[in-house]
Amino acid sequence: MEGSVLLIWGGFSSMSSEKSAEKPSSELRMRYDKFIGKKVFFLISLILGIVLLAGYAATQGSADISVTDVYSTILAKFMPGTFHTDWFSDTIVWGLRLHRILLAIVGGIGLAIAGAVMQGILKNPLASPFTLGISSAAGFGAAMAIVMGAGFVGGQWLIVGNAFIFTVLASLAVYGLAKYKGITPETMILAGIAIMYLFSAMTSFLQYVGQAEQVQEVVFWMMGSLGRSSWDKVAIVTAVIALCFPYLLLKSWDINAMGAGDETAKSLGVNVERTRVISMMLVSFITAAVICFTGTIGFIGLVSPHITRMVIGGDHRFLLPASGLAGGLLLLAADTVARTLLAPVILPVGIMTAFLGVPFFVYLFLRRKKEFW
Amino acid sequence: MVKISIKDLTFSYKSNKILDDLNISVDDSEIVSLVGPNGSGKTTLIKCIDRILKPRGSILLEGREVQEMKQQEIARQIGYVPQSSATPLATTVFDTVLMGRRPHIGWRVSDFDLDKVSDTLERLNLQDLAMRDFGQLSGGQKQKVLIARALVQEPTVLLLDEPTSNLDMKHQLDVLETISSMVKEKGISAIMAIHDLNLAARFSDKLVMLKKGVVYAAGSPIDLLSEKNISDVYGVEALVMRSLDKPCIVPLRSINGATAG
Repeated sequence: MEGSVLLIWGGFSSMSSEKSAEKPSSELRMRYDKFIGKKVFFLISLILGIVLLAGYAATQGSADISVTDVYSTILAKFMPGTFHTDWFSDTIVWGLRLHRILLAIVGGIGLAIAGAVMQGILKNPLASPFTLGISSAAGFGAAMAIVMGAGFVGGQWLIVGNAFIFTVLASLAVYGLAKYKGITPETMILAGIAIMYLFSAMTSFLQYVGQAEQVQEVVFWMMGSLGRSSWDKVAIVTAVIALCFPYLLLKSWDINAMGAGDETAKSLGVNVERTRVISMMLVSFITAAVICFTGTIGFIGLVSPHITRMVIGGDHRFLLPASGLAGGLLLLAADTVARTLLAPVILPVGIMTAFLGVPFFVYLFLRRKKEFW
Repeated sequence: MVKISIKDLTFSYKSNKILDDLNISVDDSEIVSLVGPNGSGKTTLIKCIDRILKPRGSILLEGREVQEMKQQEIARQIGYVPQSSATPLATTVFDTVLMGRRPHIGWRVSDFDLDKVSDTLERLNLQDLAMRDFGQLSGGQKQKVLIARALVQEPTVLLLDEPTSNLDMKHQLDVLETISSMVKEKGISAIMAIHDLNLAARFSDKLVMLKKGVVYAAGSPIDLLSEKNISDVYGVEALVMRSLDKPCIVPLRSINGATAG
């Protein structure tokens, strides 16, 4: 197993060079390769975990289908000659359950990547996309649509559109305020907190003046739910992550360097301000794309990076993809439990993420001997 | 041959002038120490040379104006060792040093880069710490790791801000001997802000004495470290013993009414 992991890592990170061909790897290099191999192994384990949990999650519900049926149904879509399914399984898996499962996975990936990046660029363990007032802004946008029926777009996209646009507006406001005083982690966090309290107060005001049913709907939206999933939404969230993630991954070294302080990062050739601003905008965009469809799911973005960091360390080349996968796994697990615990009642996933994540996080936190922050 | 030539360099924080019209030159394979009391501008000058701060005036690196170079280009030529580094998040010593290759690499790390890090860690006798978390190291070990990080940048100039502060006597000598041998071995130049005049005298080819942001005097340790200069710059009465090959300073008492900085 280890050999194959190292082989994968070889393709993943190293470029052969004449110099290295001449020189046998030192004992130190071998130790480092082994260390990297463990990180790759963790990444592969997370992918396997997601695949297995997704298969199990698709079996959960009132219609009774087996795990084998689920995988056959999924694979039959891509390899119809090799795998076979029936109309019933196809309808249950493709029509009802798979888009919810995939929204949980990509939503969790997006929120966790956003959290890992925010913690890195702001050098703050409490940072998450919501530190910058994003959840408050999305909540206000949704509340405005629900209570006042007013928004930037109409029809079925009213709540989603409002949540998205107010999220982006909040990010721009944070950027503007921070820019005025100089883009540092401190100014960004303080500006974010100011924006967060402003939108929270405005949401409270709308709840105060709203009808009881409207207030209930606002509260339910803010708890977060994957019940409104659809293939369109999965496609949009996936596309946004696919557009933004490559830049963030390419900037892994810069985020690593910024972890050692802005001056050190500058001395290593990093354009600190530009990286911080662009990264902030991209993670805000990812978060907006996720929570406008799911409502506020705050815990994933905060804790998934910490859990991952405790296992594989703080190198963002691995931390970003691994946090994303851990976030996807955690949100899928939370949603599966939320759907099945009190079935047929489905609990809001925002509640379940904390119920599941906190014990796991505390366990790792207490067990961890080395510093992780 | 002149490696760095600083001309008419001035830097202000808002209206507060920190450096005023400095002119300094540093040759190849030369260790130049910036000495002077607190607030004399040593650290600020180091940061200006690395363009972490943007001064007025000119800094020529092998004839090229540093202020017109891209940050990445500067990072390929100048290695900076800060006084203390924030602990990178859950990062091993190996990864901390590997970060020094950042100016030379994209996302992927080549075998050459990894070998470079391995060699440097072994050269500085840090191989046993390679897989330890950087945050768990002692002050002296951290300082050596930061020097290793600067060295894998393959700089032609090394900037060091108080490399021996907070270190005990053994680690001070250990760190400075490492720097000295690396400078001579690799033919690079080093500019070092340092408080300890005895260490500065022992390990430097040239001293630049700063007072209130201006160059008070510059020259070899033997010429520069006199009772009068120390009294004028530090406001301290000192005994300078010249029986050894390098001057040795024994501070006697603070001179009442004298102002340092």
